[in-house]
Amino acid sequence: MLKIFVSKDNLPRLVDRLMADNQVLGPVREGEAYRFRALKEARDLDLNFQNTRLSPKDLMHPQTDPLFAYSLRKDDPEAGILKELPRQTAQRVVLGIRPCDAKAFQLVDVNFVTDTYRDPWWEARRNATVLVGLGCTQPCSTCFCTAVGTGPFDSSALDVLMTEVEGGYLLAAVTEKGEALLQDAPEAQSATGEMAEAAEKIALEAAKKVAKPFVIDPLKDKPQTELFGAEFWEEVQFACINCGTCTYLCPTCWCFDIQDEVQGDRGVRLRLWDACMFPLFTLHGSGHNPRSQKLQRVRQRFMHKFKYYVDKYGDGPACVGCGRCVQYCPVNIDIRRVVAMMSASCVCPT
Amino acid sequence: MKNPYLPYPVRIQEIITETEDRNLKTFKLVFLNPKDEEAFSYIPGQFAELSVAGQGEVPIGIASSPTEKGFIMFTVNRVGKVTTHLHNMKPGDVMGVRGPLGNWYPWEEMKGKNVVIIGGGFAFTTLRSSIVWMLDPAHRGDYGDITVVYGARNPGMLLYKDELVAWEKRDDITMHLTVDGTDDPDWKYNVGFVPAITQEKAPSSENAYAIVCGPPIMIKFTLPVLADLGFPPERIITSLEMRMKCGIGMCGRCNIGTEYVCKDGPVFTMEKLGRLPNEY
Repeated sequence: MLKIFVSKDNLPRLVDRLMADNQVLGPVREGEAYRFRALKEARDLDLNFQNTRLSPKDLMHPQTDPLFAYSLRKDDPEAGILKELPRQTAQRVVLGIRPCDAKAFQLVDVNFVTDTYRDPWWEARRNATVLVGLGCTQPCSTCFCTAVGTGPFDSSALDVLMTEVEGGYLLAAVTEKGEALLQDAPEAQSATGEMAEAAEKIALEAAKKVAKPFVIDPLKDKPQTELFGAEFWEEVQFACINCGTCTYLCPTCWCFDIQDEVQGDRGVRLRLWDACMFPLFTLHGSGHNPRSQKLQRVRQRFMHKFKYYVDKYGDGPACVGCGRCVQYCPVNIDIRRVVAMMSASCVCPT
Repeated sequence: MKNPYLPYPVRIQEIITETEDRNLKTFKLVFLNPKDEEAFSYIPGQFAELSVAGQGEVPIGIASSPTEKGFIMFTVNRVGKVTTHLHNMKPGDVMGVRGPLGNWYPWEEMKGKNVVIIGGGFAFTTLRSSIVWMLDPAHRGDYGDITVVYGARNPGMLLYKDELVAWEKRDDITMHLTVDGTDDPDWKYNVGFVPAITQEKAPSSENAYAIVCGPPIMIKFTLPVLADLGFPPERIITSLEMRMKCGIGMCGRCNIGTEYVCKDGPVFTMEKLGRLPNEY
């Protein structure tokens, strides 16, 4: 597939050109942290980041997403009938997404696009978006992407993989969509074999820097009921304050709530992020709650990612090793340690 | 593909207060667009999300049978925001229905078998759908003996009383109605809890399936009775409730281990539940 080289000086020109036909989003510095935002001008793009604090999942699954609108006016013949709000159709390019975060979209696809039902909002946003990923040359100390089946230069969920090389970036098309984006780029030159070789070497070096704190294979064979009943959950849940930070930062946490919001005689039905950390998430109308205890909620999160998802879809785990939950958990619960415990419990002591 | 979150608009045709505590009402709903009724093709055991603009949605089992045309029916217990609002709505009001959702009782697998239906309290809704469906001349021949054990706290808390009396008189279905207790001198049926009456009537497990729906405590004490009668776990079927939002296996809250109650259920065999975490 097509590979081009863009010098650092020429990158803004390429971004400008893309902005003429697409909405272009990229990492933007906001105070201390980075976040994916629609670029107003090419120079807003700041690729000198390690990763964004919030994952880019809101690009596909916004934290608050109006789905339907309706009238409640008494004399309106359409009162109480829900009307679909317009969906994403404008083409978007996401520049500089990390391969792990892009992988997360792929892992979440199986939830939103199934044989029986397709989520129209998720699908519209996914289809309207080209993902230009930026390989990680300097993984963080909290990264563990290679332990969960992805990696700092994993291109499997990208349309284009960018590698920072001497003097600029090598952009390699991965999909047809990516190829179309890179064609006829006057700001670029075709990449030489040497550049491609250099990029491969950088990728290999980067992968070596990522720690592998656990192995997940033993988890597959243990029945879910046995892992569910393991004793270590008591220890894992002890410090948790059920704040939900991990779920909001996590690129693969997709759970949501649906709520109606009314102002005057107009209303909207919204989709909002929700989290298995909150008791209300599973509270029945009757007052019964199958996950009323903190231990049950903490266990649900790890079991979902590393056992239920894997068993259900024969893929995963539903974790990309971005390390955000490790960095921002206020009580230092470390998913790497938890998965290591889960995994160790599946290996017979010899 | 249709947007799975968009409810069909329906009009409330009739509201029937079912129980003496007035906490359970049955809503007969008619589709505003006849095409939607065709699209809403369901099988007994399935549920739907009842949608009220400005209030939200609630997942409720479908109480009507696909053999009853021109309307769909839901019996709703008043517990929270949406159901309280629903209880105050009037015939003629417009609301929405989204579905049908979830799986259904294994009608194909049960063909040629005897069916024992055990219900308690207001969990009798999809069981009513099932009974009406099996008794329809088009399906009655597909099943052997039909035995029903249905109980409530007292006679005033039984759902669908007129139909219960009518079924009682038929010879192609055996009814065992019971109440936990009553001071009504005219009560001519059983008195006792559902598990005890099931034990007393001892429906045969030979070539039979049992469908059990009711409050957790009833299910807990009925299961050992069924086991004693010889029903294996793969022929004991139940339907579960969970807090739900999307109803289509996406919003993440109603799982029991790997299974979403809304999409992979709500109907499960006890054999299947035995392989899942005990978290429901």
